[in-house]
Amino acid sequence: MSTTHHTLRERLAALRGPGTAPRPLDARALAALAANPGCRRRALMDAAGVDKGAVAEALGAPARFGQSRFAFSRGHAFEARVKADGCAELLRLLGAEGARAQVPDLAAAGPEGRTARTRLALAEAPRGGWTLLDHPLLAVEVAGSTVFLEPDAVAVAPDGSWTVVEIKSFPILDGAADAMKVGAAARQAAVYVLALDAVEAGRARSAILLVCPKDFSNLPTAESVDVRKQLAVTRRQLARLTRIEEIAAALPEAVTFDPAAPRPELTAAVDAVPAAYAPECLSSCELAFHCRARAREADAVDALGRALRSDLGDLTTLASVRAASCSTAPTADPAVAALRRAAALRAEALAAATGGPA
Amino acid sequence: MSLMNVLARAEAVAAGRAVPAATVRHRRIAERPLVLVPLTTAGEAGAPLGAMVGTDRAEPTLLVVPQPLDRELRFAFFAGLAAAVLPVVDAYADEVETEPATKNREEVEVCADAPQIVVPNSAALDYVRLLGRSTRYLRTVEDPDAPHPVPVPVPLLGRWLTHYAERARTPGSSLLVAMTELLTRHWATGQSAMEDQHLGALLGWIDPPDGLDGGSAAARAQTGRGPDGLLLSPPAGPATDPVFDNRVLAPALERYDAARSAGATGPMRVAEADVRRLVASQLRPTWDDVWHGVDLLRALPEGAHVEERWKRDRWSFTGHRDRLRAGEPPQPRRDDAVTAAQKLAGRETAQARLYAQEALDDPLVMAARRLAGEAFTGTVLSVEMTWSEGRRPMPRPLLTLTTPDLPQADPATRAYRALPGAKSAQTAEVVSLTPAPGVPAQRGAGGAPAEGPSAAGGGPAAADVPPAAGPAPAAEPQSGPLWQVVVRLTGGMGTGKTPREGSVPEPGDRVTFTLFAHDQRGGPALPEAEATPWTHGGPPQARETAVPEAPDTATAEDFL
Ligand code: SF4
Repeated sequence: MSTTHHTLRERLAALRGPGTAPRPLDARALAALAANPGCRRRALMDAAGVDKGAVAEALGAPARFGQSRFAFSRGHAFEARVKADGCAELLRLLGAEGARAQVPDLAAAGPEGRTARTRLALAEAPRGGWTLLDHPLLAVEVAGSTVFLEPDAVAVAPDGSWTVVEIKSFPILDGAADAMKVGAAARQAAVYVLALDAVEAGRARSAILLVCPKDFSNLPTAESVDVRKQLAVTRRQLARLTRIEEIAAALPEAVTFDPAAPRPELTAAVDAVPAAYAPECLSSCELAFHCRARAREADAVDALGRALRSDLGDLTTLASVRAASCSTAPTADPAVAALRRAAALRAEALAAATGGPA
Repeated sequence: MSLMNVLARAEAVAAGRAVPAATVRHRRIAERPLVLVPLTTAGEAGAPLGAMVGTDRAEPTLLVVPQPLDRELRFAFFAGLAAAVLPVVDAYADEVETEPATKNREEVEVCADAPQIVVPNSAALDYVRLLGRSTRYLRTVEDPDAPHPVPVPVPLLGRWLTHYAERARTPGSSLLVAMTELLTRHWATGQSAMEDQHLGALLGWIDPPDGLDGGSAAARAQTGRGPDGLLLSPPAGPATDPVFDNRVLAPALERYDAARSAGATGPMRVAEADVRRLVASQLRPTWDDVWHGVDLLRALPEGAHVEERWKRDRWSFTGHRDRLRAGEPPQPRRDDAVTAAQKLAGRETAQARLYAQEALDDPLVMAARRLAGEAFTGTVLSVEMTWSEGRRPMPRPLLTLTTPDLPQADPATRAYRALPGAKSAQTAEVVSLTPAPGVPAQRGAGGAPAEGPSAAGGGPAAADVPPAAGPAPAAEPQSGPLWQVVVRLTGGMGTGKTPREGSVPEPGDRVTFTLFAHDQRGGPALPEAEATPWTHGGPPQARETAVPEAPDTATAEDFL
């Protein structure tokens, strides 16, 4: 082996930068990663535990999203309420009103210790009664490296089945919740189901329990959400991720994503890993403004939306789209032909509107 | 996104500013719109933080909730909003026109105009719906048992907001509109549809300030921050910028809470004024942006069918006014199945109507329909007079036209043509569609149609018409027509044997046929199901069957 790093873990630590603690991936990030499996940049940085927000800041393109204190404290207060009194409310929502549940202590040192503790608790949960795991820690393999995930709760039913519990603070209003938010929660929960499957396949139910405030109150209510579809999609997308080792191997040895590195060096490092920017990145990835600027510099059609590509065939830059639209040479490319028609029709209509001959 | 739209966005990038996506205005902009910019507290569904509202851009009414978690203060906000909105609504309620009787209904009155509400974006529009939901069941001071009574007008406000938000689901309606939706309907920017949801960025592309191009103006709106770290163009809501929340709003609310619990009236006033100033600083840029958008839209000429659709909005407004006057209970939390199905059907009709009307009003929209094969424009080569068989032969002229468009039509597909001055469209049917003679074979985009008439002769049934799903033609329209279409006119020519003057085009005329109908069932400007006046039995599922909904239960931590 020519490399000086003997394990992937060492290599990832070097990429992160000396003395930088890894930033754990959460289910939200993993779901976002699964949503854009073509992006090696994100896959590598996430696997290495790079703080992408700090990198974006250091690149001079800070992300715009953050969490409001108000939303944060509301979320916490609501979760506390659901879990108060030995999770009495949660049991009611699980259809076991009045039942008592075991709530094992899952504290342990380090993520490995906590996952081991969770596995043990799952294994030891007695049949015939309820066991509720409050913030268990689960591990999944993603592109050849381990990611730790922390669901809000996992319930072990008397029949031994496991249910992922996702507690959100957006309301279920008159029996319906914001479809986008429910979708995001379902994608996250699917990641947890996936992680439970790694503990023991088939024990976790594919219907998760989504707990939300009812209407405008602070009273918890719940809906069972079937995440089979999200599960299949996430599984497939994660399988499509290029192995992290491979991505890392394609990079020069000295590359580092240390936010403390000088900006030109950091920029070069980030740009050395291929990305797949689409406007959706703006709501899901801290590096979006940087990647967008790059995509725009490259005049990429994708900067306007990924869906466009199917219509445009080989035309990947906006300049080529414009050139095709006013070209005249015979062509066998249906995209070029359609663009010419579009351009001619558009010009004709605009001329008609400004009073010229139709 | 359609190819036409992709092309427009590519042009906008090259031009450094937005390009037209419409040549006329497809929605009504009222003379005195009521602009409403709401803000909410992050994470709290029903806890508004404040709003700017009014019909005078120079003097908005500012409403601020100094502690959004306090029920009394929230209720005061609702009362303030009702005081700002309801007088505007009332001003339109009594000015009516009389619609003459028809054979289906008696004479009926309709409000001569209706108030229009404009909000910054679709999230704000949804928030109007939420405000409506959270206020329409509130119990008022008239109810002696109400634990937390609100002033009488508040539930009324809730019912109007609910009605407006519901009406906004009808395609083409203009009672309640989101500025981002209006602007993206009329301009194509050089950014993605998702980025267009930011009102400041969208305006940056459409009307960049001096010295900036669209891209830089949009970037400044999205990410530009002042020396205080706050965004120059705060999000148009209803959620506020987290940095604003964490850095300035939260401490200000804490100061207010502290002064209040200490019972210190003076410091409380100061703290409240602080919160007001902060919330206003987040609202004002959006307020100005919405009015900026109003100006831009006003500069476009109104589409010919906008008035007709606005009349439906007036019916909708009148119908709700009548339901309130008749003392009907508030709208239910959920529609029953019949009402829901009727609404859906009504919206589908409205969608089809809008689809046709926008194309008829705007050559740029028609161009997109032509590109999609749903319409074709061509030059009449020849007209052959024929007549129908039977005792009273009617004119059925055959038109041969050449067109660069490839309509997605089989023989006998119905086609429609707008006749100047006529009430309804002229009907026709497609007889045949063939490559025009004398066109070099390689013009096509690699599909069968381009190979000339012989290629289409594979089967007798398909002899005249290429497959409807065939590839788009690849002609340069400038270089001559590609398709020859034969169309038989079947209507709009009067009742005699000789077609009415001007109803049959002549050789050399340029004509446009659409494959979609121009009028939708229901005829022009009848009240829709949801707006059926109570004088005429009210909407289906009449009020006799409606059981008033119970108010929401109040608990200590409610955000109602
Ligand atoms: S923003 Fe950049 S790094 Fe993040 S997912 Fe998109 S392309 Fe990948």
